[in-house]
Amino acid sequence: MSAETIAVAPEKKSEPLFSKKNRKLVTNPLDIDNPITVQVLGVCSALAVTTQLKPAFVMALALTVVTASSNVIISLIRNTIPSRIRIIVQLGIVSLWVIMVDQLLKAYVYEVWKQLSVFVGLIITNCIVMGRLEAFAMGNKPGPSLLDGLGNGFGYGMILLIIGFFRELLGGGSIFGFKVFEALGVHYQGNGLMLLPAGACIIVGIIIWVQRSINGYRETH
Amino acid sequence: MRQSNLYIVIYAAIITIVCGGLLAFASQALKPRQEANIELERKSNILSTVMTVEKGMDITAIYGTRIRELVIDFNGNLVDKKASDIDVGSEYKKRPEDRLLPVYEFLNASDPNKVESAVIPVFGFGLWNTIAGYVALESDFNTIKGVSYSHVGETPGLGARIATAEIQDRYKGKKIFQATTLVSVVMQKGEGMDYSQDPHKVDGMSGATLTAKGVNNMLKEYFGCYQKYLEKNKEPNEQSNL
Repeated sequence: MSAETIAVAPEKKSEPLFSKKNRKLVTNPLDIDNPITVQVLGVCSALAVTTQLKPAFVMALALTVVTASSNVIISLIRNTIPSRIRIIVQLGIVSLWVIMVDQLLKAYVYEVWKQLSVFVGLIITNCIVMGRLEAFAMGNKPGPSLLDGLGNGFGYGMILLIIGFFRELLGGGSIFGFKVFEALGVHYQGNGLMLLPAGACIIVGIIIWVQRSINGYRETH
Repeated sequence: MRQSNLYIVIYAAIITIVCGGLLAFASQALKPRQEANIELERKSNILSTVMTVEKGMDITAIYGTRIRELVIDFNGNLVDKKASDIDVGSEYKKRPEDRLLPVYEFLNASDPNKVESAVIPVFGFGLWNTIAGYVALESDFNTIKGVSYSHVGETPGLGARIATAEIQDRYKGKKIFQATTLVSVVMQKGEGMDYSQDPHKVDGMSGATLTAKGVNNMLKEYFGCYQKYLEKNKEPNEQSNL
């Protein structure tokens, strides 16, 4: 061994993408750091798109794609962004992705686009996307940022699907458009309250209640 | 360096140019495909009011052979214009008497001179945004053969149901004239009632009464616009041509 090699400092081990710490980036938002039930972000869209499961599912998917990809882009350029205009730069990147997704859907899967263009537009103003960019991507490498974006998308999507499941079932008597009660031969009068935003508020409240009693959460003053 | 005003201005300019450029490129590159999709949807919406449109059908070919496009004015006279050049949404802004009104005649498969039904476009406002659609009338120019509605921003699960076959099928067989008076077809408040005996009423949509009102106004207004044309063709005047 030459003297040269000894002089070189041992190469800093890069962290594997799926280390324990990084796995937490995906799993935490599902439960103890859920964007909707714990951070109370993105509630507006959670009320708007959950009358049926299908739009809820598509919205969850679109938000996951936008959050993850915006996180990666912002993380890549995080060291060049001047801090005084960082919010508008983040907003610009988010808008770019949202409009791109919208245009591509319109050109290649027109039927799906018709269903969801209204909701896709809503993503731009979704607090979760901006929140993750500001809180995570601005200070972390692209790999973990990607995982963080995916995790928060999943956490959001999970709550959306739970709300959508109960609202569609109780409000319209169906699941993913399949008439459950008719198939069972039971007459079911849909509960109109579940189709209104108030129905979603009640379900979100119940979910938060259940989650807090499981996790033993206490308000601290 | 990163905090200097010059850096910030240049940075903002670069971000704007890059993002703007990408979007402009995407928009231009995807435009032909998007327009083809919209045109195909228009044709399939028109056809869906008179026949069952299934996946895999050659919409463009069927439309080309079975549909004859014409444009009329408020008095039911032919106007020398192409129906595809007329935007129903911008015609809507004019007074009804000044509007150019497209008609899509659905021709008999074996006898192209025989009009099986006439499809007219309708346009109006729902609860949140514009709604539009097509109404096909049987050759008696009175009985509804089928309707097709679309909307921009009605509430999913409530008003947005106007775009579903479940709601649209309720209009089939309804009549728009009572003897010689135009009464249109009115969607009622509340859902689950049986209106099969009443030719001018259809069952409502629970929780979407305001969208239903928009649909009712839209139908009434456009039947009014086309009234002279419909009366000209209506039985006992058997001639279906203008």
